[in-house]
Order: sequence, then C-alpha cells, then structure tokens
Amino acid sequence: MSLQSNLAPSTTQLRAYAPTADLNVASPPQQRQKVRPHTAASKRDLRTEPRPIRSLIVALALIFLTVFVVLPLVVVFASAFSRGVSAYFAALAEPEALSAIQLTLLIAAISVGLNLVFGVIAAWAISKFDFAGKTFLITLIDLPFSVSPVISGLVFVLLFGAQGFFGPWLQAHNIHILFAVPGMALATIFVTFPFVARALIPLMQEQGTQEEEAAISLGASGLQTFFRVTLPNIKWGLLYGVLLCNARAMGEFGAVSVVSGHIRNETNTMPLLVEILYNEYQFVASFAIASLLAMLALITLIVKTILERRLDEGQMVSDD
Amino acid sequence: MGLTLTWLSVIVLIPLAGLFLKTFELSFDQFWGIVTSRRTLSALKISFGLSFAAACVNLVMGTIIVWALVRYRFPGRRLFDAIVDIPFALPTAVAGVALTQLFAQKGWLGAPLAELGIKVAFTPIGIFVAMVFIGIPFVVRTVQPVLIDLDPEIEEAAASLGANRWHTVFRVIVPSLIPALLTGFALAFARAVGEYGSVIFIAGNLPNVSEIAPLLIVIRLSEFRYADATAIAVVMLLASFIIIFAVNRLQRWAQTRIPTH
Repeated sequence: MSLQSNLAPSTTQLRAYAPTADLNVASPPQQRQKVRPHTAASKRDLRTEPRPIRSLIVALALIFLTVFVVLPLVVVFASAFSRGVSAYFAALAEPEALSAIQLTLLIAAISVGLNLVFGVIAAWAISKFDFAGKTFLITLIDLPFSVSPVISGLVFVLLFGAQGFFGPWLQAHNIHILFAVPGMALATIFVTFPFVARALIPLMQEQGTQEEEAAISLGASGLQTFFRVTLPNIKWGLLYGVLLCNARAMGEFGAVSVVSGHIRNETNTMPLLVEILYNEYQFVASFAIASLLAMLALITLIVKTILERRLDEGQMVSDD
Repeated sequence: MGLTLTWLSVIVLIPLAGLFLKTFELSFDQFWGIVTSRRTLSALKISFGLSFAAACVNLVMGTIIVWALVRYRFPGRRLFDAIVDIPFALPTAVAGVALTQLFAQKGWLGAPLAELGIKVAFTPIGIFVAMVFIGIPFVVRTVQPVLIDLDPEIEEAAASLGANRWHTVFRVIVPSLIPALLTGFALAFARAVGEYGSVIFIAGNLPNVSEIAPLLIVIRLSEFRYADATAIAVVMLLASFIIIFAVNRLQRWAQTRIPTH
C-alpha cells in the first residue's frame, strides 16, 4: 500500500481490502477448533460467556445485519415487483433499459478484458521477479481502492475535458473520450484495476518459482512455461479476481457518473439509469434495473464462496 | 515488466499526476479561498464527521458480529457470515435507492421511525445510516481472521490463573485485537469519506446541511468550476493518503507485536 509496505503482510492487507480478501481465511480455524476434542468438555466453559450474554450478542448481531443489510436487499425486489410481474418485465423491456444493459455489458467486457491481461502480467512481475521499485508498483496497484470514485472520474475529466490537458487536441481531431464510451471504460478500468492483480499476487507468491524454474531448465520457453505451468496453477485465483472485477465494473456508479455526461440512450449504464429513473419517481422501473444488479451481486457472492472453497482446497494440497 | 509499468502509468499515475498539476495552476490564496469557503468547509465537516461517527458504530457492531460469528454456533450462522459481504457486492447506486426507500417517510422502517418523531431520509442521519451500511464489512472482515487465529491457550491460561471472563475478554482478548480493530475502523472511515453512490439518494443534499464533499465535487464539475472541484478533491485525497499511511503503520505494528506463525 504505502511505499514502505513489503509483500509479506499482503494477506492481512488483502483481507482488509475485502473484496479481494479472505483468500485463505476459512479453513485452518475450523480445523483448529476440532483438533482439541478431549479438552472441549472441561475447558470450553473457560472460553465462553454465560448463556444470557451469548444470546444477547447473537441477537444484536442478527438484528443489526437484518436491518442494515438484509432489509435493503429485500426492499429492492419488493419495490421492483410492487406493481406485479408484468410491470416488472415491461420496465426491463423499455428501449432505455435495453440500451443501458448493452452499454453496461460492453464496458464491463472492455475493462475486465484489459484488466485480466494486465493484472496477470502485473502479478507475474511482482511475485516471480525481484526488481527495484517493486513496493512502489504495489502501492500504485492498490491506489484506486483508496480513492473516492468521484475523484477517479474527476481525474479523467481533468485530462480529457474541454479545459483539460488533452482536451483541445482531442477536440481538434474530433476524438470523443469524455461523455462517450472510451471515457467511461477508462474510468471503469481505473476503478477495477486492483482486483485481478490483488487476487493473484499472494497466490503466485506462495507457489514460488520452483515449478517455473524446473520447466525452463527442462527446455520450455518463457511463453510455454507461462501457459503450461503458471496459468493452470492460478486458474481459480484468476477466476476469483475476474469475478470481483466484473461485479465492480458493472456496478460502478460514482466514477462513471462523472465522465458519462448522462446522455439518454447513449451513455447511461444500468447504475446511472437506476439514478435517473429514481429521480423521475419511476420507482418500479428504477428498482427493476436495480434488481438485476442486485441479482448480479448475489450471484457474485455465491460463486465467490465456491471459489474460496476451491482455493482453500488447493492450498491444503500444496501445504502437505 | 515494462508493459506493466506503462499500463499502470497510463491508467493510474498520469491521471493522478494531472490532478495535482491542475491544483498548481491555482495560487495558494485561491486554493485556500476555495477550501475554506463556507460551503466547502461544511461539506468536508459533514463527510469527515459523519464518517467518523459511522466508523465508530461499525467498530462496536462489527466486533459484536465477529464475536457472534466466530465464537458461537447458531442456526443460519454461515448465511449471516455471507450476508456481511453484501455491502461490498451491491452496486452503490442500488444500495442508495434501497436505503432511501427503506427509510423514507412511508418506508418499512421510515414510517415507524417517523411516528417516534425521527426523520432519517433526506437528513444528515440518512447519510450516517448509508455510511454505516457500507462500512460494516471492513471491520468484520479485518477482525474476523485475527479472532479466529487467536490462540485458545492464552485464554485458558488467563482463566486458570483466576481471571474472570470479563477480565479475560477485556484484558487478554481485546488488546490482541486492537491493531485489527483500528485497521478496520480506518478502512471503514476512509470508505465512508469517499462514498458517493449509496449516500447521495438518502442525503437530501442541502448545501451546508446534508451535502457531502464528493457530491460538492460533482456539483462544481457540472458548473464547469474545475478548479474548485480539484481543490476539494486534493484535500480529500491527502486525507485518504494519511489514512492509508496510518493503516500501513498499524499493520506493521500488529506484526511486530504478535509474531505470526
């Protein structure tokens, strides 16, 4: 993160950054608790609280999560279907909705594609080689996580806007970046840049360079080594990074909102359309689009849980 | 290698450098004038103040949630563990409209609260609620692995040496969680300060009352007052750099304190 941070604490940091987080959290703890069966009966009492306090803590946790997390999610679907199923699908079939869905998919495809390629290269460079300025590079990769989305959009307005650094030149050559797809894709790439690299770096570091060295000493070329040795080893981690990158790319609001210009049917992504419809009091239509995004989020969480289990299994095998 | 650096420069470094270059076009007096104008100061106060309050709530509730998830077994535990991630996964605009609908005067929670005389949506309390929503996973996911990895023998030792449960928790367990708690707090705070999408719907956006700093940046941009927008952005950026720096320090401190494996 900062210039000083070295790679060793990256797993802790990662968890802190959450989406990319808990790559290797889940499995060891559960084991640990099961390893001590004979002490359980006598000593469990020492490690827990009286029953009323236990119930109170669980109740507080569940009430808080229900009010602040579950209810908002339920509201999305309830509002989307408040006028019935047909109104819901009618809202989604509006040309405006369809063009927003198309644009969202297009921008997600561009930014996930580019971040996939460069995320793998960045993670490869960082975890398999030593070079000067490595910590600086890691800081740079993490930077978009800690910047407000509005500022992420603003920097591109300053670069490409009419008063921006490249603005006059772009205008002279009739190239549209701002208030058009390229600018929105750039802002999305900026915001989602860390996901793939961050998912891969701890994984690739843990695997070390032995297998690659073996492949090369047996006569494989660099590219062969990468596609036959490195890539198969990281495929689950890669999928994990792509999954989170995609979720964020499709859902990004602040950064894209600043660079989009809000041109109807042209530069509205799904989150932007949610805003416009909501401000026009078209609640069913707004929540219908929002429900698609909420479903995307839920599917992402489910797949993420499955992938985490895969990653844990892979790790346990490599630990043995 | 070279490719990585080039790509990173194009995507991350040049845009950020541009931001700082733009500020240097302003004289210091101009910059200071923008930053200390009433509306900017109120927006910054609202953003930082409410983020701090929300992060405090997240710290307490996050710890309670982690404790319940890690130490107790109850039906639906795994489900609730997964639910904690929803604020991360849900697009911010969706969270924004959902929270507004929920807390609006006729909303499921807004209506009963209105009867008690509490108005949440379109007031600063609404901003606070949205910030609590988006911050909660940061504390939970930072503290959870540390509590899981905590050596049970330390607690057993404390208990067998005669400490009661209260003492064991607050003298033995909580101190070893402090670096993680502070990190989670700082991350939740930083996220809340920069948050835009989930806040603006519920905020009401009244200048000097319920207008957050990121929104003021957007407003200034739409008025083509780029210098104003940039000056506010630089202040926020510097604040988030300080937070990141603090988080890194915390991580290192945690590592020197508790030898890992």
